[in-house]
Amino acid sequence: MVPWFYLAGKMVIGSSKKVVADQIEEVRRICALVVDDDPLVRRIHGMLLARYGLETEAAENGKEAVDLFLSGKTFDLVLMDMEMPVMDGLQATQRLRGMGVSSMIVGVTARGLEAEKEAFMATGLDACWVKPLNAEAIISVLDELAKKLL
Amino acid sequence: MEVDQLQRSFLEYSRLLFHEGFLDGQFSQLQLLQDESNPDFVLEVVSLFFEDSERLLNDLTIALDQQNVDFKKLDAHVHQFKGSSSSIGAQRVKNVCIAFRNLCDEQNAEGCLRCLQQVKQEYLLVKTKLEALLRLEQQIVAAGGAIPMLNEFC
Repeated sequence: MVPWFYLAGKMVIGSSKKVVADQIEEVRRICALVVDDDPLVRRIHGMLLARYGLETEAAENGKEAVDLFLSGKTFDLVLMDMEMPVMDGLQATQRLRGMGVSSMIVGVTARGLEAEKEAFMATGLDACWVKPLNAEAIISVLDELAKKLL
Repeated sequence: MEVDQLQRSFLEYSRLLFHEGFLDGQFSQLQLLQDESNPDFVLEVVSLFFEDSERLLNDLTIALDQQNVDFKKLDAHVHQFKGSSSSIGAQRVKNVCIAFRNLCDEQNAEGCLRCLQQVKQEYLLVKTKLEALLRLEQQIVAAGGAIPMLNEFC
């Protein structure tokens, strides 16, 4: 698997750039937050991200995600489910953008309806994917994240 | 049984489950995520799926047992079940959920009852088969072997 990390100000994909140990001055792991009410999805998406070298945390609903940011935590990437109890993905994304959070927020939804995806996108998402995500989808998300971070 | 014989049985049984549509590529993706640092990952997510499913089947039974069925609520439970079955790659359960949701849209109580029976049956079938597959996996590990991968379904 390809490790992703932030290396001396540059996001590096390990195998493609042949990173050697003596080049590493400072490594900051990319942090991701998985927001989903389903523990099965939280575990699978968390594991997929960890496989690509990301550090992950999880939240069970949008409010928990907002509270994490309010507590001062920061994440490079947020995987935000659309339908959740307490606070859904649309409200949470709107709230986070309103707080000035500029992290990449990727919506994930089991609903394939374009109108619903568009409404979710309009809250301030960077992208929206149908769940469950697979390795191909995660690589695509990480490619976009790399562009955003570079 | 010898390790190579167990590994062959595992591959044959996995192939059968894919060919009969019980599992799809999502399950292979989960198998790929299992490694030395997470040796029980598949067992863990399959157990979460069983927990989710049993709770949701109970919720569905209660929702359909009402005199005035709340189809919106029923649909929300079916939607969740569709989500967890897709996450694990339980394809036949997921397909019944898709049909079930259409019947919720039509507010077809009789059709929904039929679908509930069907989804219960498909769930019990895939549960039995996943348990058998995991038993084989544990036997391979106990005998010191590695779990073979079915790359054609990834």
